[in-house]
Amino acid sequence: MSGTASTLVHVAQPHRRRTLADPPWLKRILLAVAIGFVALFLVIPLGAVFVEALRGGLRLYWAALTEPDALSAVRLTLLAAAIAVPCNVVFGLAAAWTIAKFDFRGKSVLTTLIDLPFAVSPVIAGLVYVLMFGAQGWMGEWLADRDLRIIFATPGIVLATVFVTFPLVARELIPLMQAQGRDEELAALTLGAGGWKTFWRVTLPNAKWGLFYGVVLCNARAMGEFGAVSVVSGHIRGETNTIPLHVEILYNEYQTQAAFAVASLLTLLALLTMLLKSLIEWRHRRALLAAAHAETRTFAS
Amino acid sequence: MSIEVRHAWKRFGTFTALAGVNLSVPSGRLTALLGPSGSGKTTLLRIIAGLESPDATSDPESGKVLFHGEDVSNVPAGRRGVGFVFQHYALFRHLTVFENIAFGLSVRPRRDRPSPRQIADRVNELLDLIQLSGLGGRYPDQLSGGQRQRVALARALAVQPRVLLLDEPFGALDARVRKDLRRWLRTLHERLHVTTVFVTHDQEEALELADEVVVMNQAKVEQVGAPQEVYDRPASPFVIEFLGNVNRLERGRTPAKSVLYVRPHDIDIRREFAGEHAVPARVLHVFSAGNYGRVSLSRGDTGDTIEAEVPRQQLRELNLHDGDRVNLVFRHVRLFPAEGFREEDLPSEPSAARDAGSGI
Repeated sequence: MSGTASTLVHVAQPHRRRTLADPPWLKRILLAVAIGFVALFLVIPLGAVFVEALRGGLRLYWAALTEPDALSAVRLTLLAAAIAVPCNVVFGLAAAWTIAKFDFRGKSVLTTLIDLPFAVSPVIAGLVYVLMFGAQGWMGEWLADRDLRIIFATPGIVLATVFVTFPLVARELIPLMQAQGRDEELAALTLGAGGWKTFWRVTLPNAKWGLFYGVVLCNARAMGEFGAVSVVSGHIRGETNTIPLHVEILYNEYQTQAAFAVASLLTLLALLTMLLKSLIEWRHRRALLAAAHAETRTFAS
Repeated sequence: MSIEVRHAWKRFGTFTALAGVNLSVPSGRLTALLGPSGSGKTTLLRIIAGLESPDATSDPESGKVLFHGEDVSNVPAGRRGVGFVFQHYALFRHLTVFENIAFGLSVRPRRDRPSPRQIADRVNELLDLIQLSGLGGRYPDQLSGGQRQRVALARALAVQPRVLLLDEPFGALDARVRKDLRRWLRTLHERLHVTTVFVTHDQEEALELADEVVVMNQAKVEQVGAPQEVYDRPASPFVIEFLGNVNRLERGRTPAKSVLYVRPHDIDIRREFAGEHAVPARVLHVFSAGNYGRVSLSRGDTGDTIEAEVPRQQLRELNLHDGDRVNLVFRHVRLFPAEGFREEDLPSEPSAARDAGSGI
């Protein structure tokens, strides 16, 4: 009996190898294509940014960054991100909580609506705000009477940034919270914890890696956004320019080195984001896997 | 602390989970809510806990929940004094075992909260009780299923509940751990005497563990009674089919419009002629494990398959082989009218089922 079984295994193995494994040359070609593509489209251009930025030497590089218009652009970008990120944290938590922990009519409609800013071109997003708050817009007259400026001013830039970053936090939290279910919250409830305590001591700690991940993505997008911000900004130097807009202006004025110097700031930010992202992603994925496998493991143990 | 639920209704969309269920649980006892999935047992448990609210009806008494005669229908779950153990335990995954058990005490408002010292003492006491002292620093995902189950129980007991509710407490465990834990829970109950209600779909679990069994089916209570009573005197075809193996025989020589039930161990197999009431049959398969042998038979006149259980000794004497012709004697059968028994909305009276001797 056992002799037959082991013979079968011996016969089966080479057969399996031949049918299931890809030939080695295919693997090598695919790998070469992938590496070549990444080098051509990512590594070389990114390197070029820093080479161009430092072409005129460190002194010029520093001068381009500390020039008043550049500093003002950095300040405005930080301000927009500082407002957009907390807005999205609050909204994202509220939306994810509602969708993951409650059943109600129109749940799928809400989920789709949250994704809308991803589907709409950022330029359209900017135009919508111009239509609403611009001088000729629906609320233009009312705002002008009260001397309030939204378009071609900081509030417009913040609004546009909030719009384009809208889904990022919610999208990270919804699958995580759905996988975790609501049993832990109910358990906290039966143990006498109120809604607020349950949120701070159970829901938020469980969702924290998803939340961090969403915040990092949201921050990167808020700082790098070009299209929507460009429409509502008006490109007033030293006033309504964000870093990406400032880079564009410098480039159009043939100040190539200065343009690349400021661009290198954004690139550094992107690299930092990627690093943070992969760190958090690792933790976040573990949390998600743990939630998904919790049931399987209880059965297995 | 006795529990009473009055005429509770609950619908989820078009699905009726509870159709006017009355329940009365005696104080200090271990009661099982037993039924197949979808019978409404978990919904009933969650209504007792306050995690679900019964549907409103025109009757103001409908859906009321009373603890020891006191109406708690409008008391939120956190203040009912219930300990609830969830099917998948719902331990807080970001907290250690110690912090999990301490949770209920540490979220109390400051003036009612015991000192950290008192909380630690209570938690250690409970860790001893569940035989996990020394594992307080572990996280839930570092524990086995059985250990998690006990932590969930300790967490529920930490707040000294008046009532302990368990939803499928052993459902997610493998057979061996389940048996150990069942015995352990029984011992624990004998020590603490907290009124306990648990939900299960496993009849063996209910019959072995509970003082009283509430059999539920299709949003209604079919029968309430001590395990022995429910097993020996099933009030409806559903109960007899749900509790243990049974042969259901419809046609043949039984009177028209009735269903006959015979438990496998109430069947005698005879080689020789056993009187004119005996039923001729053919052996299909013989298998023995432990003290009993199982014999599948095909009834000679109708072809129905019958399962019989025979002591091993007797089986050896009979020396049965597949295809052998034998005679069956039913020592004890139960008879139910085939139609209208459950369709008619009558209260299921035990008298509707009557015992019948052998020789049908």
